[in-house]
Amino acid sequence: MKLLYFASLREGLGVESEEVKLPATSVKGLMATLAARGGVWQEQFDGCKQIRAAVNQVLVADGAPIQADDEVAFFPPVTGG
Amino acid sequence: MTVCIQTQDFDAGAEISALRLARSDIGAVTSFIGQMRDMNDGSVVSTMTLEHYPGMTEKALQDIESQAKARWDIFDTLIIHRIGTLKPTDQIVLVVVTSAHRGEAFAACEFIMDYLKTSAPFWKKEATPQGERWVEAKVSDDEAQARWKV
Repeated sequence: MKLLYFASLREGLGVESEEVKLPATSVKGLMATLAARGGVWQEQFDGCKQIRAAVNQVLVADGAPIQADDEVAFFPPVTGG
Repeated sequence: MTVCIQTQDFDAGAEISALRLARSDIGAVTSFIGQMRDMNDGSVVSTMTLEHYPGMTEKALQDIESQAKARWDIFDTLIIHRIGTLKPTDQIVLVVVTSAHRGEAFAACEFIMDYLKTSAPFWKKEATPQGERWVEAKVSDDEAQARWKV
């Protein structure tokens, strides 16, 4: 599974991307796994901050499923235009 | 239907002419240009840096164009969005829509901008006298998108 972080979330975590070995889960499940790392991960993924997720480059809801070889991106609400 | 993500500036006049002259049954051309302001949330802003998610950005914008085309009787669309560091009065985004009649072209252009604002993965960081800050998403943008009820 490839994980990507953007904008203020990337800065808060100090990580841009990583490869992880995780079983199939959901967006919510993955966020809980990341929050369990503690420290800045807990701070960013504790559920208080608004975080959007994209699976294989498509915006999805929290309940969306994630397969072991998916590309998953987390980021704050977008501000383009 | 064209999508361009680029650091360089664009010539809106030339882009509009190219779409307008592409076919002779076009009766309406609408366009929108987003420009960088020197003020936001009560602070002077000297520069703004746009970050995006390469790959997803192109897909999201193409999807927005497809939705507009499915919804209105339009001929063609163009979206150019800049990334990198911009200064006040710099152009940020261009949307052009061509159709036979103005109603469809106006609606599709506004729809594309409202969707781009809430679903295309771009993020803005501003430089102010107090330091750098990420621009927060606005509830009004979500409301503007919700009007279209897709």
